[in-house]
Amino acid sequence: MSDQQVDNSKRRFLLLATSGAGAVAVGSVAIPFVASFLPSERAKAAGAPVEVDISKVELGQKINVEWRGKPVWVVKRTPEMIANLAKNDPILVDPKSESSDQPEYCRNEGRSRKPDIWVAVGVCTHLGCSPTFRPELAPADLGPEWRGGFYCPCHGSKFDLAGRVLKNVPAPINLVIPPYKFLSDSTIIVGDDK
Amino acid sequence: MIKHIRRFLAALVLLAPAAFANEGGIALDKAPVNLRDVEGLQRGAQTFANYCLSCHGAMNMRFNRLQALGLTEEQIKKNLMFTTDKVGDQMRIAMPAADAKAWFGATPPDLSVIARSRGADWLYTYLRTFYRDDTRPTGWNNLAFDKVGMPHVLWELQGIQEAEYKTVKNHETGKEEHHLEGLKLVKPGLLTSIAEDGKYDQREFDKRVGELVSYLVFVSEPGQVKREQIGYAVLLFLLFVLVPLTYLLKKEYWRDIH
Amino acid sequence: MSKLEQIGKDTLQWVDDRFPLTALWKEHVSEYYAPKNFNFWYFFGSLALLVLVIQIVTGIFLTMNYKPDGNLIPGTNVSVAFASVEYIMRDVGGGWVIRYMHSTGASMFFVVVYLHMFRGLIYGSYQKPRELVWIFGMLIFLCLMAEAFLGYLLPWGQMSFWGAQVIVNLFASVPVIGPDLSEFIRGDFVVSDATLNRFFALHVIAVPLILLALVVAHLIALHEVGSNNPDGVEIKKNKDPATGIPLDGIPFHPYYTVKDVFGVAVFLVVFTTIVFFLPNVFGYFLEDNNFIPADPLKTPPHIAPVWYFTPFYAILRAIPSFLGTQVWGVLGMGAGVVVIAFLPWLDRSKVKSIRYRPTIFKVLLGLFLVAFIGLGILGALPPTGPRTTLSQIFSVMYFGFFLGMPYFSTLGKTLPVPERVTDTNGKRQLHFVFWMLVAIIGSAVFTALIQHI
Repeated sequence: MSDQQVDNSKRRFLLLATSGAGAVAVGSVAIPFVASFLPSERAKAAGAPVEVDISKVELGQKINVEWRGKPVWVVKRTPEMIANLAKNDPILVDPKSESSDQPEYCRNEGRSRKPDIWVAVGVCTHLGCSPTFRPELAPADLGPEWRGGFYCPCHGSKFDLAGRVLKNVPAPINLVIPPYKFLSDSTIIVGDDK
Repeated sequence: MIKHIRRFLAALVLLAPAAFANEGGIALDKAPVNLRDVEGLQRGAQTFANYCLSCHGAMNMRFNRLQALGLTEEQIKKNLMFTTDKVGDQMRIAMPAADAKAWFGATPPDLSVIARSRGADWLYTYLRTFYRDDTRPTGWNNLAFDKVGMPHVLWELQGIQEAEYKTVKNHETGKEEHHLEGLKLVKPGLLTSIAEDGKYDQREFDKRVGELVSYLVFVSEPGQVKREQIGYAVLLFLLFVLVPLTYLLKKEYWRDIH
Repeated sequence: MSKLEQIGKDTLQWVDDRFPLTALWKEHVSEYYAPKNFNFWYFFGSLALLVLVIQIVTGIFLTMNYKPDGNLIPGTNVSVAFASVEYIMRDVGGGWVIRYMHSTGASMFFVVVYLHMFRGLIYGSYQKPRELVWIFGMLIFLCLMAEAFLGYLLPWGQMSFWGAQVIVNLFASVPVIGPDLSEFIRGDFVVSDATLNRFFALHVIAVPLILLALVVAHLIALHEVGSNNPDGVEIKKNKDPATGIPLDGIPFHPYYTVKDVFGVAVFLVVFTTIVFFLPNVFGYFLEDNNFIPADPLKTPPHIAPVWYFTPFYAILRAIPSFLGTQVWGVLGMGAGVVVIAFLPWLDRSKVKSIRYRPTIFKVLLGLFLVAFIGLGILGALPPTGPRTTLSQIFSVMYFGFFLGMPYFSTLGKTLPVPERVTDTNGKRQLHFVFWMLVAIIGSAVFTALIQHI
């Protein structure tokens, strides 16, 4: 019966229009269901910016803070550490941080807002382990070219003290720098830079 | 005529369990709830933070949700948050429920959805009908909630009300009984006044309580205004697009039949 | 034929060689011949299917954030389960729509299913050869009641808790094993976290699985015997000799698919109005007291089940306990549901449709409807002396309708049933509108009258 009506243009138009309206309806209904998979208000609240008191960090040492459930490192680098950063350039994958993840204001040699205070997300860019802090120079296990940095115990990725990844390790890019800003000389806030 | 229709509709919904929530209680005053009066809701939030939030939490409500009332995070932090410093936190109280029970005899209920269980009119009536009653441990009783455990926290705004009794002779027992007739303001508060002739004016206080109740209604479902806005769009789409189109389509196909 | 169409055709052929996809589609949709005279009563079957899909989809998403945990959050008197519902309502993106769709869907399921069942009643759709269609339908109805009851515990509010408490205690009235039985159902001495967890498991997986299987069985049975229609004429009796297609039959697709899509659109107007503007429906769909966290030490002043259970609940309360046990009320309530399943054997009329039934049947059916709606209204109200008496009268009318049917269905003179189906005429529709108004006004007047007795 319907075969003889196939070229009926009115029927075709109505079928198309109704299908279109139906698609709009289904698409709209999908919105809340998709939205329910996004981080909830609770997750957002738990992931809110955290204030960090950095006055107690000793020179050359690192502290850990938790932001969005991830470890965030704050390192107070010594002048020597800062000076050593440039020497690493030849052995790095991305010394200028051109293909790495950091706020624009941290796309510099030290990957930081101020040269001495360095903030980074302490999660290896390879498969998500948290690397260990190895600030010493040329230890036996890391070789003579080691000028301080981070070593990932899972698959041996190496990063320097600006979180830049060394060549010939599994991790593809530099460590991620989160958004942060200085509230005062002794306080920073991680997760907020506005 | 419209009144009759409304009465008829009211009879239809009378069946609702809500109608029995206050069975045997006093007649409830209509609460002036206005969820679009942002300034009133802000004042309601302030009243809530100052007078309620020390004993009652609203543990499902996050402070940052108050941005819907036109408040900035800074304003919320400065004016409304006393127990916590993170705007993403929920409105909780420091007092554990078990301690509260020991102190007040009953745990002050969480107020997140109180407007949905009690209803706005009950809250509006309840908050305005506290009166002095020396037989109660707190010194206060309430018309909407007899022998309530909660003291009159808004008394400095309202002042003090006393009950007026009428003496009635019970024809069966022959004894005289005191029947509570109503409340009378005997000492004015910050938002009420008593004129020399004894007449008193509670309009300012009523307004403040109305705003507080509006705020509680808002807290009970912070997205409700948005919900209705989306609802209008959905209904317009259904009524003017989907229903007519499907009707025409059906009619077009059914021309084949008969 | 374009290349794309050729690929589509080849793929379909590939599938058909291995799985009877086209054959199934033809058998159940495009070449399932349904009577051409369906009226609006026939929307409710497909609408029930739609609501089932809504419930399953929204239910899946709710389980992702709901926590069946009856323990209190430390330092508060609110349980994890109760708070997780409010978490969905406030903190989960789109959570409130999903939750309101589910809570509205629960009630709307019963709305469409009650109308669907009433359709069967007035057009004799349960009569031979559709007895199994009716039985499967009744099993679906039972599952639906179980599903609704189990699901109502999950928000862990006062009505959830005390409703479950009362219903589970019904089982305690069973002689000898009763008390042990209700403890077995609860898994504790009171309704508790253990009860909540097992109800959750049953609600989200066990009962839905059975429900789905029964829906499939319902449809297979229906498609085996073919649909009834408002005239109660068997369309398979008049087939086109050449094609073997019933003369009064039209393919389900596209004719009834486009018609049902229109029905869906109208239904969605009602559904979304509730979801977006009236999610509580004056305390019928979401009860006020259920916004109070469950408190095992404090019973709310008045407990009524959700509206769709009230007719049967009223029967329960109407029957007094005697011989030292209250099991009779429970039996009465159960019988009130089960008796409906026996309709195919209780009805001994020669005709199916109410259109050709004698007046006496119409009058008695009207009285049955009065009893059922009356019981529904009474079941939602606190019991008083006169109300209980009324419930008893209505209960007698309710059972009288079923048990008297073998007798009265043979009374009176039936009208001649036509050979072929008839067109829907406007006069009948007006009749229906008139009776609907009578029912609504009657219910309202009745409700107002019994408020004060």
